[in-house]
Amino acid sequence: MQTSRAVKRLMVFLGERWAIVFLILLLAVFSLIAPRFFAVRNFSNILYYSTTYLLLAAGETFVIVSGGIDLSVGFVMGMVSVASSMIMRDLFAAGFSQPACMLIGAVAGLILGLIPGLISGMLVARFRVPPFIATLGMYGVANGVALNLSRGFPITFLPPRVGEIGNSFLAYVLPGRYFGFFRRPPDMSSQELRELVGILPTTVIVTAVVLAVFAFLLVRTPFGQHTYAIGGSRDAAMRAGINVPGHLVRIYVISSLFAAFAGVLYVFRAGIGNFTTMSASYELFAIAAVVIGGASLFGGKGGIGGTAIGVLILLTLENGLNIIGVQAFYRYIATGVILILAVVIDQLSPEQEAIRA
Amino acid sequence: MPDGSRSLASSGPSSPVLWIGRNWSLLFLLIELIVFGVFGLHFFSAENLQNILVASTTVLLLGVGETFVIISGGIDLSVGFVMGFAAVNCAKAMVLIQGAGLPEWTAVLLGAVAAVLIGLVPGLVNGLLVARLNVPPFLATFGMYGIAYGFSEIISNNTPISGLPALSGTIGNGYLLYILPGRFVRLFGRPDGLAPLELRRVIPVVPNIVVISLAFVGVFAFVLARTRFGQHTYAIGGSRDAAVRAGINVTRHLTRVYMLSSFFASVSGVIFVLRYVTGRADAGSARMLDAVVAVVIGGASLYGGTGTVRGTLIGALIIATLETGMVNLGIPTFNRYIAIGVILVAAVLIDQFFPELIEKE
Amino acid sequence: MEPILRVQNLTKRFGGLTAVDQVDMEVMPGEVVGLLGDNGAGKSTLIKMVSGVYHPDEGQIFFEGEELRLGSPMDALQRGIETLYQDLALAENLNVYANIFLGREPTTRFLGLIPVLDHEHMHGEAKKVLERLDIDIPSLRSKIKNLSGGQRQAVAISRSIYWNARLLIMDEPTAALGVAEQKKVLDLVRTLRSQDIPIIIISHQLYDIFAVCDRLVIMRRGKKVAERRTKETTPDEVVGLIIGSELAERLEGAD
Repeated sequence: MQTSRAVKRLMVFLGERWAIVFLILLLAVFSLIAPRFFAVRNFSNILYYSTTYLLLAAGETFVIVSGGIDLSVGFVMGMVSVASSMIMRDLFAAGFSQPACMLIGAVAGLILGLIPGLISGMLVARFRVPPFIATLGMYGVANGVALNLSRGFPITFLPPRVGEIGNSFLAYVLPGRYFGFFRRPPDMSSQELRELVGILPTTVIVTAVVLAVFAFLLVRTPFGQHTYAIGGSRDAAMRAGINVPGHLVRIYVISSLFAAFAGVLYVFRAGIGNFTTMSASYELFAIAAVVIGGASLFGGKGGIGGTAIGVLILLTLENGLNIIGVQAFYRYIATGVILILAVVIDQLSPEQEAIRA
Repeated sequence: MPDGSRSLASSGPSSPVLWIGRNWSLLFLLIELIVFGVFGLHFFSAENLQNILVASTTVLLLGVGETFVIISGGIDLSVGFVMGFAAVNCAKAMVLIQGAGLPEWTAVLLGAVAAVLIGLVPGLVNGLLVARLNVPPFLATFGMYGIAYGFSEIISNNTPISGLPALSGTIGNGYLLYILPGRFVRLFGRPDGLAPLELRRVIPVVPNIVVISLAFVGVFAFVLARTRFGQHTYAIGGSRDAAVRAGINVTRHLTRVYMLSSFFASVSGVIFVLRYVTGRADAGSARMLDAVVAVVIGGASLYGGTGTVRGTLIGALIIATLETGMVNLGIPTFNRYIAIGVILVAAVLIDQFFPELIEKE
Repeated sequence: MEPILRVQNLTKRFGGLTAVDQVDMEVMPGEVVGLLGDNGAGKSTLIKMVSGVYHPDEGQIFFEGEELRLGSPMDALQRGIETLYQDLALAENLNVYANIFLGREPTTRFLGLIPVLDHEHMHGEAKKVLERLDIDIPSLRSKIKNLSGGQRQAVAISRSIYWNARLLIMDEPTAALGVAEQKKVLDLVRTLRSQDIPIIIISHQLYDIFAVCDRLVIMRRGKKVAERRTKETTPDEVVGLIIGSELAERLEGAD
């Protein structure tokens, strides 16, 4: 009798955290099936590419928790990457020092990224436009702006240090010979270059710091509390004295800012600026990750931690399937199925049963 | 009024203003046409106007299916890739059937029918997820979007399918009537025995695919407006609870609504195959959200309960006119995204600030 | 005269909580019975068993002399037991006659073949039933969202009447209505009573209860604690019974 009750409690405990469990299972399964999966190189690969998605999904988390949705994030990212890279390129060509170009370009990009969020936020908060529509409209506008600026071509001729910084690591190791922070060992032979291991890409560190700060914001500050409150019941929040319209505008600005940040980071990482290709895959990926991570599209639930796990699940799945040799299309199917499963599991959870009764 | 009853006599803006407000989308379309006509080159030629119609077919078909779903209070994000799924199936089926030695027209017909039938499956799944498992439509159909895309790529092996019967292209790019002014009128094909000079003066009228599309659209506009099925769709969108308590089998109805949406996406996929003589998984990817935009411009609310096929038709035409007009004027087409984004938000704002305007007595 | 509804020993439990505890109740044809009690007394649960939403754990329900085994709300509807909840279950985006006929729309043949909605018929029949109930709504083509609370209530009631409700259960019919509208709804209830339709009303508004009910049944904590003819009691006594003052309990014991 005791054991069965303990087992039951364990199941409930795991059930509530099924996302983490699933992630661990995925990692375990892939490691067993494909030896190449469980390697530092591979994991750092996954981490490396995760930054964009983590940022987009983090911004999306705020919006979804508040009960809304943001379909424009992918395109705002593209727009900012184009704009900031253009500024960097033009300043560089005009003779400014590299650090100046990069700083001004990045800051300008971030400031530009505030604007879509402001507009979407005001449409949602003050004009009561459904978030789906407001951000759908913004998606079009941002994409249009990006394409107009870039004429459909990637922006190149950026200051060379841009790509260097974007691809730098926290520490470098030549096994047995060199260990240093921030600097690569000087004068490496090609053999040594191949052996060089980078620990923790700078972009990942920056992303992690930003995520941590905003996670703290969401969980431990009144601002975060109010976000959950609005998502739970906009009415109740208003009656409790929360300035809902103002708060919502800030939420959409945050989402937009994250997208802008992702755009700037992209420029540093890729060394070019580029508009986002035509398909809503970035935003839908972000939304999927947030939902898989435990948020409800109705608002009031979810968190950055869960979202991060959602992102990792999706990326691990893609990476693992890739390594096994499964073609990319199965990834779409898998993502779709997991997403639906996530929602169904959420629906089956005890709280939902109670709400329905 | 103090006793709570409301006067239903119109006490607001006068009739002409009310009419303008209610039909703003139609007016906008007319203004668009006029503006492009004035500034453009040969904008009002028969050829160009037909171009607009052809350009609107995809969004129109996807949009009509989407209209039913949105009225019922849901949304279908999978239409773009169900279209691709159907396109791939259609192309593959046509190739196989022709390869089995059957005549071209059989291959084309059976291929089309098969694609539409198979294309009902995603809708069935969507419907079950939404109606039975209570999965929010946004997520259910978004999951389906990925799944459909995956299957499409697998079936087509990630390359566009080729080798289709030529008849499909003939139908897809052909017109219903060919008129030689003053002399000939012929169905389906150019008149024989004409000198080259005369051939060039033949005016083609009404592309086949437009006829096919409008036929489907017309039938289902009728269904939505005049039948019980349509009425129940509106009811469910207005209040799911009321519908349940009135005895309507909401689960079954919603399943049918999502299947209808997939049906239209599949028809759109088949038409794609007829037009381009190939099947590709990404056939509908560019048009996905345009369908929703058309429906909303047409007056539907994303919360459900309102909307019409006529409105969606106007929405689709507005988008198509915009694109065709931009090409005509030489404006880079990227700007279409901005324009449509703005029109979309404007549409919702208008419906918001003048709710009386979407009331019809 | 046989009661049109009789419940006997009706009991419903939810886990450890007994929501309805061995309740007996009757409704005579043409009677308006008020069901009263504080929140949690079990009134809603009781009527939900009569309307098929819940299955009784113990006890029986007799309707028009026959025992009733209700599998679902549809069963109750088919027997003519109509419940009007507070939210009225009307589709706001449809008009008056569309709501009255919701789910059972009559059709006529378009071109002799295709079944389409018969708007003429619906409009005509709806007009008749509204007139019969003396309800004044200028245009039957107005959408529900444009009607006042009282008018909506009237439409909901008309719907039940049109479909020949044999027993009407109203849950808080006058809550959220203005004074003038409340009066209109009460007038409607009286009209229904004059047409011999039995009604059970759940309400917190003592004024309304005393205005239209013939008899009062009072519940507290799942049990029926008292029954009174309206003419033979006062609002004060009723309040006492609802909240269970000691005096009321002792009076009960002496009965």
